[in-house]
Amino acid sequence: MKFRHLIFANLFRKKIHLLLTIGSFAVALFLFAFLAVVRDAFSRGADLASADRLVVINRTSIINPLPLAYRDKILRIPGVKYVTHNNWFGGIYQDEKNFFPQFVIDPENQRQVFPELIVPDDQWNAFLKDRQGAIVGARTAKRFGWKIGDRIPIKTTIWGGGAWEFNIDGIYHGKRPQDDETQFWFQWDYFEEKVPDRVKGQVGWYVIRIGNSDDAPRIAKAIDAEFANSPSETKTEAESAFAANWVKQFGNIQFLILTIGAVVFVTLLLVTGNTMAISVRERIGELAVLKAIGFSDVAVLFFILAESLAIALFGGLLGLGFAMVVMPVLASALSSLLPNLILPASALVLGLVMAVALGAASGILPGISAMRMRVVNALRRI
Amino acid sequence: MVRVDNEGASSALIQVRGLNKTYRRGGEQIQVLQGLNLDVDKGDFVAFMGPSGSGKTTLLNLLGGLDVPTAGTISVDGDEITHMAASKLTQWRARHVGFIFQMYNLIPVLTAYQNVELPLLLTKLSKAQRKQHVLTALSIVGLADRMHHYPRQLSGGQEQRVTIARAIVSDPTFLLCDEPTGDLDRRSATEIMELIEALVDKHGKTVLMVTHDPLIAARAHTTLHLEKGVLVEAHKLEQNVAAGGVA
Repeated sequence: MKFRHLIFANLFRKKIHLLLTIGSFAVALFLFAFLAVVRDAFSRGADLASADRLVVINRTSIINPLPLAYRDKILRIPGVKYVTHNNWFGGIYQDEKNFFPQFVIDPENQRQVFPELIVPDDQWNAFLKDRQGAIVGARTAKRFGWKIGDRIPIKTTIWGGGAWEFNIDGIYHGKRPQDDETQFWFQWDYFEEKVPDRVKGQVGWYVIRIGNSDDAPRIAKAIDAEFANSPSETKTEAESAFAANWVKQFGNIQFLILTIGAVVFVTLLLVTGNTMAISVRERIGELAVLKAIGFSDVAVLFFILAESLAIALFGGLLGLGFAMVVMPVLASALSSLLPNLILPASALVLGLVMAVALGAASGILPGISAMRMRVVNALRRI
Repeated sequence: MVRVDNEGASSALIQVRGLNKTYRRGGEQIQVLQGLNLDVDKGDFVAFMGPSGSGKTTLLNLLGGLDVPTAGTISVDGDEITHMAASKLTQWRARHVGFIFQMYNLIPVLTAYQNVELPLLLTKLSKAQRKQHVLTALSIVGLADRMHHYPRQLSGGQEQRVTIARAIVSDPTFLLCDEPTGDLDRRSATEIMELIEALVDKHGKTVLMVTHDPLIAARAHTTLHLEKGVLVEAHKLEQNVAAGGVA
C-alpha cells in the first residue's frame, strides 16, 4: 500500500496523544469484554438450558417445597420420560466465603435428566452404594483440592445444626466448556435421614426430561392442571425460562450491562471524535496542500478514516487481548461469586466489530469536513 | 511571448480570456479581476506584481485550478479548465501544475524524499520508478544528500528547494510560485531564484510567479502588474505613471 507512509507518519505525529487515544479504546474494549463475561455468566443458565427439560416448582415460590408424592403422578403424564428432584442444601465448607451450590439429588434419575454432566460409571456406582457419598464438579474439586476418597464436612445452615460428613465418590465434567462444574450432589436418602421430620418427604423442585420438546407447552399445562387446587400448586416452565426468571431476581442484569456498555461507547465516540476533529483542524493546511497537488477529496477522507480505524483497531486488539489474559485470573478470583466466567469468542468478535465501527464513526465527520474544505480558504489560513 | 491584450484565439500554452472574479464580503461585492486577458507561451517566465489585495494570488489560484472564476475562461495546452468538474480538475492539477508556496507547506512528518514522492503516489509508476524520479528531482535542487532529513532538520532555503523538487517531480506543464522567496533571507532567495531560472532556461519549464519584490520580479522574462483587476505590462505601467495615469 503506497499510502501507508503517509497514514502511519500522521498517526505517530503526536505519540502521547496517540497512546492516550489507543488507551481509551483499550480500556473501553476491556470493559466491554468484562461486561460480556458477566452477562454471559448470568445468561448462561438460559443459554445452556435444554429444550427437552422442564422445571416444576411450587406456584407460591421456589422456597416452598413440593411433596415427593408428585413424582409418580408427573411420570404418568404422557410425554414425560424421566423425573428427578432436587433440594437446595445451602451448606458452608470451612468458611462462608467458600460458596458453591450443593444439591440433594435423586440418584436414580439424575444422569438421565442431565446427560451433559458426565460421571464415570465406576464412580457413579460407588456413589450409589455410599449413603454419604457425593459427586462434585471438576472446578469445585480443583478449587478445594478434593480427590476421590476424601471425607468432607459441610455445615448446614438450613436443615438443622452441625456438620454433615460426605465422601467424595466421583467427579463430574461437563460436555461443553460452559457447563457448570461447580455443583456438589449428594444422596436423597442421606438427606431424608438427617432432616427434621417436618420437612421429610418434601422436595425443592422437580426437573423433567420429555420425549419431544414440541410437547413442552402441553406437558407443562398438564402438570400444572394435575396439581391445581391442591395445597401445593405447581408452576411448570421450560428450563430456559426458569433460568431466566432466576437471574431476574438479581435485577435486570441485561439492561444494566447494556446501559453501562452504551455509556462507555458513547463517551468513547465523543472523546475519539473530538481527538480526530482536533487532529484534522491542526493540519488543515497540509490536507489543503495534498488536495492542491492532486489528491482527491475521497483520498483525503480515506486518510482520515484510515487513521481513526487504525487507532480503533490497535486499541481494540490491545483491550481485548488484555481481557483474554486477565479474564482467567479474574474468573479464578471471582469463582465463588460468579462461577465459570468465560470470555466468549463471540464477544471478542463483537468487540472488534464495535471498535472498528466506533473508529469509523469518530473519523467520518472530521473526514467529511476535510473532504469538503476549499483548498483556497485553507491555504489562506496558513 | 507574454501578451495581456489579446482577446482572440492564440496558440499560447496558457490562454486567459475575459477573466472575472468577484468575492462577496459581508454584503459587499468585491470585483478582484475584471475581464483579464493573458497569453503565456511554453518556456515563459512571468512575474506578477501589485499591491496587497490586488488579486495576484487569486489569479494564481485560478490558473492552478484551485478556484473557479465568476466569468471568463482559462485554457492550458488546449484544456479549458474553467468548466471542468471538481474531480477532473483535481486530476488535471496532478498532471499539469506544480505548486511552490511561500511557506513551503511540506508535510512535517515525512522526510524530504517522502514529501517529493507525494505527487508520484497518484501515478501508476512502480516504487523503483518513483525512486528514480524523486532522486532526479532532489538532484536538480541539490538536496540528494538530504533526502532522509525531515523538514525541521532543514533550513528555510532547503525546505523551499524540497518544495520545488515536489513541484517538478511529476514534470508538470507549468509551475505556479506564490511568493517563493517571501520567507527567505536575501542569500537563500537568490539561490532559489537561480534554481527557478535554471528550471526555465535548462529544463524549459513555464513559470508564473507572484512576488512583491522588484529584484525578484526582475529575474523573470516578463513582469506584469495587476492594477484594478487587469494586467498591465511593466513598461506600460511606467509610461502610465509618468503620464499620471494608472498607479
